[in-house]
Order: sequence, then structure tokens, then C-alpha cells
Amino acid sequence: MSVSPIRDEPTPVKWAIVALAVIFIGLFILLPLINVFAQAFVKGWEAYALALVEPDALAAVRLTLLVTALSVTANTAMGLVMAWAITKFAFRGKSFLITLIDLPFSVSPVVAGLVFVLLFGAQGYFGPWLIDNGWKIIFSWPGITLATVFVTFPFVARELIPLMQEQGTNEEEAAVTLGAGGWRVFTRVTLPNIKWALLYGVLLCNARAMGEFGAVSVVSGHVRGETNTIPLQVEILYNEYQFQASFAVASLLAVLAIVTLVAKTVLEARLNARGRGH
Amino acid sequence: MSFHFKHAAAAALVAALAAPLGFAPVARAADVSLLNVSYDPTRELYQQFNKAFAETYKAETGKTIEIKASHGGSGKQARSVIDGLEADVVTLALAYDIDAIADKGFLAADWQKRLPDNSSPYTSTIVFLVRKGNPKGIKDWNDLVKPGVQVITPNPKTSGGARWNYLAAWAYALKHNGGDEAKAKAFVGSLFKNVPVLDTGARGSTVTFTERGVGDVLLAWENEAFLSKKEFGDDKFDIVIPSLSILAEPPVAIVDKNVDRKGTRAAAEAYLKALYTKAGQKIAAENFYRPRDPEIAKEYEKVFPKIDLVTIDDPAFGGWRKAQKTHFSDGGVFDQIYAN
Amino acid sequence: MSQAESTAESPSVPARAVPDHPALLTPLPRGDASGWRGHSVIPGFNLTLGLTLLWLSLIVLIPLAALFVKTAELTPEHIVNILTSTRTLNALKISFGLSLVAAAINLVLGAVIVWALVRYDFPGRRILDALIDIPFALPTAVAGIALTTLYAENGWIGSWLAPLGIRVSFTPLGILVALIFIGLPFVVRTVQPVLEDLDHELEEAATTLGAGRLTTIRRIVLPAVLPAFLTGFALAFARAVGEYGSVIFIAGNLPNVSEIAPLLIVIRLEEFRYADATTIAVTMLVAAFILLFIINGLQRWSETRTGRAG
Repeated sequence: MSVSPIRDEPTPVKWAIVALAVIFIGLFILLPLINVFAQAFVKGWEAYALALVEPDALAAVRLTLLVTALSVTANTAMGLVMAWAITKFAFRGKSFLITLIDLPFSVSPVVAGLVFVLLFGAQGYFGPWLIDNGWKIIFSWPGITLATVFVTFPFVARELIPLMQEQGTNEEEAAVTLGAGGWRVFTRVTLPNIKWALLYGVLLCNARAMGEFGAVSVVSGHVRGETNTIPLQVEILYNEYQFQASFAVASLLAVLAIVTLVAKTVLEARLNARGRGH
Repeated sequence: MSFHFKHAAAAALVAALAAPLGFAPVARAADVSLLNVSYDPTRELYQQFNKAFAETYKAETGKTIEIKASHGGSGKQARSVIDGLEADVVTLALAYDIDAIADKGFLAADWQKRLPDNSSPYTSTIVFLVRKGNPKGIKDWNDLVKPGVQVITPNPKTSGGARWNYLAAWAYALKHNGGDEAKAKAFVGSLFKNVPVLDTGARGSTVTFTERGVGDVLLAWENEAFLSKKEFGDDKFDIVIPSLSILAEPPVAIVDKNVDRKGTRAAAEAYLKALYTKAGQKIAAENFYRPRDPEIAKEYEKVFPKIDLVTIDDPAFGGWRKAQKTHFSDGGVFDQIYAN
Repeated sequence: MSQAESTAESPSVPARAVPDHPALLTPLPRGDASGWRGHSVIPGFNLTLGLTLLWLSLIVLIPLAALFVKTAELTPEHIVNILTSTRTLNALKISFGLSLVAAAINLVLGAVIVWALVRYDFPGRRILDALIDIPFALPTAVAGIALTTLYAENGWIGSWLAPLGIRVSFTPLGILVALIFIGLPFVVRTVQPVLEDLDHELEEAATTLGAGRLTTIRRIVLPAVLPAFLTGFALAFARAVGEYGSVIFIAGNLPNVSEIAPLLIVIRLEEFRYADATTIAVTMLVAAFILLFIINGLQRWSETRTGRAG
């Protein structure tokens, strides 16, 4: 990051701008994060620990881990497939396809939940058939997973596509000419080139999957100890006068956010290093 | 770099795979499992009751039973059951919400006749919770429409408690205006003009009033008002009893379609019947619900103040279906009030 | 040097909608012009494109289609009635209006922050830079309860504002605060790489030619970063319109005053009014689609303008 003094504004202006940036980020962005921990520890360590080992809280953690593992795995695998299809071949309608992949970014999470109720709810299009055959989708972990997959749909693909586009197809073509099969080309040529971007996409996908609230709230049914994810458990505790416990559980997600930020910074350094190497 | 990447990727993969394997929600060891879909303020009641019931059930049948609970605004909970939330029993804020479930064929239309007392093992009413010392001098419903008084109530469209709040205000206005509906509408309208926050459920409103310090008076379930005093201390809030309120009958029912598919009818019936036993009634009373059992009612007589109560079957309302249609349906009186 | 640091794909903006590579827009780069696809020796086209379309259909397209089918069951009059009801109109007005205001505020504050981050060196700059992403990483429900507690009359910030007669939590102002919170990274992360890449020589040349600092910024810097700013603005706006989790805790949820459109969808759903819920949802979906295309176009403009993606 080169910062040349030549283009500096007059010092007072400069410091005013920096001060404004610091104050704004401090008040608007950092303080809410600090507040989570302050409220979580308001009754001390013991109460904090107690809130976390409470059976419903543990069940929420388990469900969140399950749903996240499933949706991140699915979106990672399919993100690679979609990026491969889009970047390694030329075909018409590609631009439109990318827009469709992006669509879940701008769909309100609530709408994302609603569509699955319309499809799989007891009054929905497939609901009665599912119920007759003993399948539980809505108000159970499959529905929660589906909603999560929907909202995190573009994360991995969107990180990969620009990079793979930039890298072009020469290396793959060379490998194919030398007789390598598709899978071998992918694992030996493509994957090493995109690994950091892939990890980066997985990281963002993971953070969003663990924290999704709106979509999951619509399809959860809020059965204690069974269909509440961590964010829903936070809401429930918050509505039960258990503010400290609510913030204690919320702090798990805040820690996740911090870990994500740190990992992101590290990965970005890697990505930039790769960029410089080119 | 490749070396590092492999490690990072492997670690991520192991974490992703181990998480569900290690922690996957395993079916618990209980012989029977029931899901009770309930409304907002019953959390504490059913926490205690479920525990007690599981013990008696084990003693009587030798089987272990696990009761899961879901809480939320009454209308919203009914919606979830209609959409396929597999409730064995519903314990909601008012009969209309269970009617709505019955309309979709989940249980018999005459469900309310299957258990004693309109299928309502406990009752409650609507009271005012005010800040300590009652600084705004709120004594009755007509104090709520005064300028500068902020009233906290949830949204009647989604909350059962809020519908009781609304109807109690309506009943008061009718009584004091010689049955003039136009005046009653104006009264309730000006009451809702004093509402700065409209939460979707009763519990949300309670939190807004108690914890967030918004408003001068909370229109609350009697049990919720008592609970707030208990949770936050007597030095924070006072309860004000209005001259007239409404007899709120939160009903319970078995969801036929679900229990028959799951084979849990017997357990579900035992569960609801236990609410009517002395032990069940006592737990209700301890959680500030008015018990139906005369003996237990007598025992807790001092807890519950005597209030002049109208019922939903009063000619002014004509039962829940009519009241729902007149007041809370699309374009009903509440919508007219709010459209202004 | 700094040009090399920022790669064209600028990985810091996870939700940038379509950082479309111009190569995608040009006609098929190679192969036969007769078919709909170019020729390639790389295997797996049918498999991966087939899987892509299948996955996209199963998870995104079919579910969203259900929404349209459900709405199409209604008569046009019914749809018009739903959309023109006071409550719906107000909810849409609140969602779109406040999102617009929040995005505009983020534009200004984002400009200040980006300028500080890119152009100045000061202690803690890197930490500040990392903190920008908190709203991306912090789940919305957590942000919601944290902001509500913070700005409530007995909260850390709210208790300072209360004596001034400013109430934030449970008012439309609270919605604004939440929307600013979630939208800020979009502006900063979109503009940052463009400003970093900006050719300093142009500015130096302008200065050498006697242009004042403000003139240089207005004539040289602003035109270059404007497309990126607009893209960031649009992204922040799109995100804010659909936001639910962080807003519902702080909003007060008063119909016609502080009730956002996504909440109204939920309320309609809870009232068994599926027609209303799906109609509002379709409206928002169409708006989202239009926004995506605008963002898409803006980003292309931005890239051709700065030539970054070449």
C-alpha cells in the first residue's frame, strides 16, 4: 500500500477526514460488536458459560453446524461446477446465467423462506404428497438447509468466476492436449490456481450460512431444542427476558464474525500475493 | 503454499464432516415424544408443566415422554401448524386460531366441546402494567386515550393477546357510550393512536415496555403482568386493574390428523387432561393463570383480583368467529382504524 | 506498485453482483459462429452446464417460479388492491425510501472512509480497514439485538441521545441506523480498489498544470470513481431493501410508520393471507431483478471507464 505524501490535502483537512472515518467506524461498526460481548458478560463468566451449556443452546449449535456443513458442502461442490461451466467454455446466454446465479443475493431472505413454504408446506404444491409419504421438509432440518442453501447459493461461484475468467483456459487446454482427463485437469491444473479464492468463497459462505436469520425463521417452526438455529435461539432468549443468555449465545456468532474477518484478511494477503506473482 | 493449502483445506473438510457426524441431533431416548405448539406468554407455564407431566407419565405408564415446545404469536403459530408443523397438541391464545386450523381439516370442527370448560383449562384477563407509582395516573381504559399517554400493545392481527386487549377496550367503550358502535370505534381508534410500537407477539411488547423503557402503560395478559413484576422486581412496575375487562379463555386441543399419523393420541390426551388435574391447575395458578378448579381457585384467591369480566360470547361480540370477522378480518374495524 | 496489489476481481466484495468480465460480453471468442457455443477441447461442458442448470433450477428458479404461479392465481383486481392498500404502499415506501436514504448516507460516509483508507497513512489504518467487513460477517440477528440495545433509551448511545430528544430504537431512525450498518461495506469495498488503482500521474499532472486540489478531485478523481460509487450505492440499496433480521428488532414495527416490506410479508403469512404475502414478495423480487440489471450495467460501465478489467 503505497501512500505518497505528495497528494496529501492540507494537514487539518487530512486529520478531519481520518477522524471522521475513525469515529464513524468506531461508533457505527465496532461498538455494536463490543456491545455483544459487554452484554454477554454482564453477569460474569459463570453466567456466560451456563448460558452456553444450556441444552437448547447446545441443540441450536448442533443444528447450525449440521445445516452449515450440508449447505456449505453443497454450495462449494456446485460452485466449482458452475464456475467451470461458465469460465472454461464459451456459449451464448452466459451473462444471463451469471445474473441468475446472483439472484439470491438480492432476494429478501424472507422471500427465500416463503418460497419453500409455498412448495413444501402442508398447503403448498408438494406438501400434501410429502406428508403422505412421511417426508418432513418444512419445520425440520431439510427445510432449514434448503433455505440456507438458497441464500448462500452465489457465494462460492461468485468468488471463483472472475478469477477463473482471468486465468483463461490455456493451461487446461495444454493439459488436455498432453492427454490428461477432465478430473485430472481439474485437480492438477485448475484447483491449485484457484485454491485461495475457493477457500475465501467457502469462508464467506460459511459465515452467512451460520448466521442466516430471516429465511430460516420462516421455515423453522421454532421447536425448542430441535429446529432452532443459533440466530433463532438468540431471538427466543431475547424475547424471554434472558438478555444476558441471548447475548452469550449471540457472542458465539460474533466470535465467528471475528474469526471470519481474520481469516479473510489472511486470505486476501494470499490472493494479493498471487496477483503480484503474475 | 501448496502445503499450507492442503492443511487448511483438510482441516476445513474434517471440520465440515465431523460436525454433523459428531453432533447430529440424535433421536433421544424417550419412548414417546409430543410437540406442543403454544403462544407467547406460556413459556414458563409449560416449562414447569411439561416437567411435572413427564414425571407422572413415567410413574403411571413406565414410559418416558419428551415434550417439545414452540412459542410465538398465536396467529403465527396456527399458521405454522396449518403449513405442516407437526403439533400433537395446540395450546393457543384464543379459539379462533384453533378454528383456523380446524378449517383446514387438521381437527374436528367441534374440538372445543371435547374438553371441559370450552377446552380452556385456565383463563386469564387483560390488565394494565404501569411504571412504579403510576406517574401518568392511569386508572381505567379512558385514561389510555388521553393525549401524551403512550400505550404498548402487540398487533391484533398476529397476536392473540392483542385481540383480547382490543376487545376489552371495545367492550369498555360500548358500555360507556350506551352501545354506540361508532363511538366505540372512535375510542379504540384514539387508543391505537397512542401506540408507538406494535410488536407481533405479546412477549415482544412486554420486552419493549419493561426492558426498553418505551411507553407509559402495557396492555398485558394478567399472567404476563405478574411475571414482569416477578422478573424485574416490585419496585419497577405496578399493576392497574381496569373497571372492566374480558375473560380470556386460551383453549387447548389435540390435532387429530397429526396424532393419528404419529400414533400419539393416547399420550396427547393424557397430556391435555393433566392440565385439568389438581396438580396441573396448581402449576397454572403458580404461573398466574386463573385456575378453573374451584378448590385450587379458592386457594389462590388472594393472588387474582376480582374484575368485572365480559366474555367473547357476549352479544356485543357474538363468539370468536364473528368477532374475528367484524374486527380483525381484511378491511375489518381494526383495518379501518389503522387506515386512518 | 499499488496497481499490482489490487487484482481485477477485488475479492473483498462478496456480494458485488456482476463483476462481469468484458470478455463475456464480446461475441464468442473462438469456435464456430453457427452454434450457440464455441468449440473447446476442455472436457466436461455438457456435464457441468447440465449440473449448473439443474442445481440452479432446483434451488433458485423453481422455488421462485412457485411464487409467480401462486400470485398468478389471483385476479388482476385483487393484485392491484393488495398493492395499493395503505399498509402495503407505506411498507414499500418505508423499505425503498429508507434504503435510498441509507444508501445515500453510506455514499457520503463511504467516500470519507475510502479516502482515509486509501490516501492516508495513519496508525490503526489496517485494523480500520478490516473492521469495515464486520457488517458482512456479523449475523443480522446479532446486529439487530446489539444495535437495539445500543440505541435504546437506556443504551450506551441511546442514553446520550435521549436528553437531546432523539429516539432511535423503535423509530424509523432506528431502521435507518440498521440499514446504514449493513450497507456501508458495499460502498467502501466497491470504491476502494478503484481508487487504489487510479493513476496518480494524472493527478500529479493536473497539479503541475496549476489545478487546485479541489479542481483536481472534481475533474480527475471524481469521474474515475463515479461508476464504482454508483455501483456501491446500488448494492447497498439492494441489500437494504430486502433486509429483515437487523431491522425487526430495532424498528418498532408500527404499521404505516416503521413497518418494512419484508416484515409485512411475514405478518401477512402469519395472518394466513398468502395472496398478500406472495404479491408483495413478487413485487420485491421484480424490484430486485431490475436492481440487479442496473448494477450489472453500472459495473460494466465502471470497468470500461477505468479499463480495470482489461
